[in-house]
Amino acid sequence: MTKYKIGIDVGSTHTDAVILDENNNLIHAEKTMTTPDVTSGIINALRLVLERSKVSKDDVVAVMFGTTHIINAIVQRKNLGRVGIIRIGLPATEAIEPTLDWPVDLKEAVNAGIAMIRGGHDYTGEPITSFDEDTVKKALKSFREKKVDAIAVTSVWSVVNPEHEVKVRELANDLLPGVPVVLSHEISSIGLLERENATILNAATIKVMINAINALREALRGMGLEHAKMFFAQNDGTTASAEYIVKFPIFTVIAPISNSIRGAYVLTGIPNAIVADTGGTTTNIGALVNGYPREALEVEIGGVRTNIRAPDVVAIGLAGGSIVETKDSDVKVGPVSVGYRLIYDGIAWGGNVITATDIALAKGVMFIDDPRCNPELARSKIPSWLVEKAYAKMVEMLEDALDRIKLRPEPETVILVGGGSAMWPKVLRGAKEVIRPEHAQYANAIGAATALVGAVVEKAYSYEQVSREKAIQDASEEAKKRAIEAGADPVTVEVAEVEEIAMPYLPGNAVKVRVKAVGKLRL
Amino acid sequence: MVRYYLSKTDVEDLVVGAAILGTGGGGDPYIGKLMVLQELERGRKIEIVSADEVDNDAFVVPVAAMGTPVVLVEKIPSGKEALFSLKLLENYFNRKVDFISPIEAGGINSTIPLVVGAERELPVIDADGMGRAFPELQMVTLHIHGIKATPMAISDERGNAAILDTIDNYWAERIARVITVRYGGSAWIAIYPTFGKPYKEAAIRGSISLAIEIGRALREAKSAGKNPIDALLDVTHGFELFRGKIVDVQRFNIGGFARGKAVIDGLDDYKGSKLIIRFQNENLVAIRDNEIIASVPDLITVLDSESGRPITTERLRYGLRVLVIGIPCNEKWRTPKGLETVGPRYFGYNIDYVPIEVRIKG
Repeated sequence: MTKYKIGIDVGSTHTDAVILDENNNLIHAEKTMTTPDVTSGIINALRLVLERSKVSKDDVVAVMFGTTHIINAIVQRKNLGRVGIIRIGLPATEAIEPTLDWPVDLKEAVNAGIAMIRGGHDYTGEPITSFDEDTVKKALKSFREKKVDAIAVTSVWSVVNPEHEVKVRELANDLLPGVPVVLSHEISSIGLLERENATILNAATIKVMINAINALREALRGMGLEHAKMFFAQNDGTTASAEYIVKFPIFTVIAPISNSIRGAYVLTGIPNAIVADTGGTTTNIGALVNGYPREALEVEIGGVRTNIRAPDVVAIGLAGGSIVETKDSDVKVGPVSVGYRLIYDGIAWGGNVITATDIALAKGVMFIDDPRCNPELARSKIPSWLVEKAYAKMVEMLEDALDRIKLRPEPETVILVGGGSAMWPKVLRGAKEVIRPEHAQYANAIGAATALVGAVVEKAYSYEQVSREKAIQDASEEAKKRAIEAGADPVTVEVAEVEEIAMPYLPGNAVKVRVKAVGKLRL
Repeated sequence: MVRYYLSKTDVEDLVVGAAILGTGGGGDPYIGKLMVLQELERGRKIEIVSADEVDNDAFVVPVAAMGTPVVLVEKIPSGKEALFSLKLLENYFNRKVDFISPIEAGGINSTIPLVVGAERELPVIDADGMGRAFPELQMVTLHIHGIKATPMAISDERGNAAILDTIDNYWAERIARVITVRYGGSAWIAIYPTFGKPYKEAAIRGSISLAIEIGRALREAKSAGKNPIDALLDVTHGFELFRGKIVDVQRFNIGGFARGKAVIDGLDDYKGSKLIIRFQNENLVAIRDNEIIASVPDLITVLDSESGRPITTERLRYGLRVLVIGIPCNEKWRTPKGLETVGPRYFGYNIDYVPIEVRIKG
């Protein structure tokens, strides 16, 4: 019996669904409109792809979502949980309280109380002071009275020694059974405020994730897919089971961007390249390194600085629906877009707005498989000087953005994906080769459907105290353990990446070790 | 204005200015900014006074943080560390401090004295000992004017504090560095204790207001749709040195310092030309097509040409479009003792210092 996987990707305009067989061959794909609640759009896409592919429901073993539930909840400040915030590190850290520079409305929605407590560690792993258990208990009791939805715990240098964070979880499980407790060392790395912010946001979105998973599970049941396992795409290009991601919703916050980068790898088999994902409004450009998206140092989420692992992306407001404007002899393309209205407003569809797609059609570089689209309209209605000038401008904008994501001057392979990617030329400055693979418009959903289960662990060690081999082994074992927790088949789990980053100016040979472990889905 | 209280906007402006005067180093002023904003949020006030307001026999003590940037972003300060140092010095001298002062105009140390001022309700003098950022304790105009760094006090957030009395200011640097490590990688110091008269002769005046003015000029130019770079060069009396794209960044970790060089390919008017910037925490030397066009102690700052924001040396990377500016340093650095302390030779470049305006104007 052939087993099938369904991949879903939620974009700002479209929600895509694909069905793949176990060898990752594309069986069927559907594009539907994204809905404001996200969930109903996903269900539409699921239903369509299932019906039209004619694949038997019984043969679908996994449904893999790349969703925007979490980012939407944070950006719209909707349905967020109220979080009891614990910082351990006093007397250090008192100078800056948690959430100090958050946008006021987000802070009001999330912050249910702050407790700053004595404890935490130095980079050597030794305690700053002894851990103040009594004050922690007092704080937890006040959180119980306030009926907080979750608790976020951040301790100084917990990436070296998580002892005090773990103690708080034990105490909280006693005093507030059933209330989720999020520990910062499980969320991200060095940089107390950024890690604390990510931890609080994670705690605040657990409820959102539970609701989304319940609604989707209900929908799967309604379609006769209750036996299929649910997975959710993570920011780093891997995936994780519903049971795991419910604890770590922040790991999905910008996953759709990684899905297209990862999808580009799956479609081409090229592990190192620059990927440009052109949709209707935006082109996101990222880098593939050894098959995974290169990560950024810090990411702003809903106006809050965090250091979650997320792809390093250059986004430009230039894509299929970008509006072309002229002022005297000057041409401007984007960032305003007609979005999903391209098929009504675009010149080639009989509309009155010149879009980037119309320019590419008139230029003759693009073909669109849509009977309502008439390239002749674009050719006859747009003056040829404008076509030339606008197209040159578009290409230059893309080439500049491609160059900004590169880390070295040598030409690199460029992979073009996304619904709007057909408008680009076959040759680009700075590109060794330009590849637009078959099914490029579904790269994101394919990326979601083909992802491996993964987990990353980042810990700091002093190589004077722990040998290098031991440190790497320790971090590797923890990463593998977490990958298995995230839903990986234990037999297949392996270390995909080990990175050592020396921490300058610190004596004792202090090093940050980062290990990524991946494995196949446990079904 | 000779005495004024800092507003929230002043703080935002000051941090931008401090990053530019930080010449690529001096630590991420983000933490420092949040510390000051937290003080204002708690209802405390920060009073800035001009150096003229300081009596000749007033007791003046500069305060600062020292240590590793990575520690500062993880073990956020308590904000009270420097108070232990101040207290210890006060006990040692049996005298209350009248004024505190920044020692550095660039980077995070531009904001630390403001937090101390707010906590202790002490006025902060609008002056500093560098007019920019430098990595070592003796690289201060007070040092070249013969003021001793010690007795100095050095403390941590727990309340540990030590008094150092050293034979010279270089020894103060060496011993303080060791203590900093033992404290966990960051320490707070009260240093170069002195009186109003020698302080006023040795300090670089107007540094806080200059940083604020730089930030304000950039902000106002942007909101008025004017060229922020022109505004920046105007307030700093600086020069545009280069525009281009970074094509290579090399780093070497030597002797605990982050050394390296960035290579920039010219764009626009600079097309066909190449600029190399050598750095060690801070930007040290700018070389255009094999010719030195600026060097320490003059200030060399790299800005993102899109946002106008300064880029620290650790964030330099391939592909960034940058604008490089040079700003003349304070005259005190151009004396023989000044150049011996922070001239190109101290940093290992066997070249003569030529003031930037002489190099530019030929």
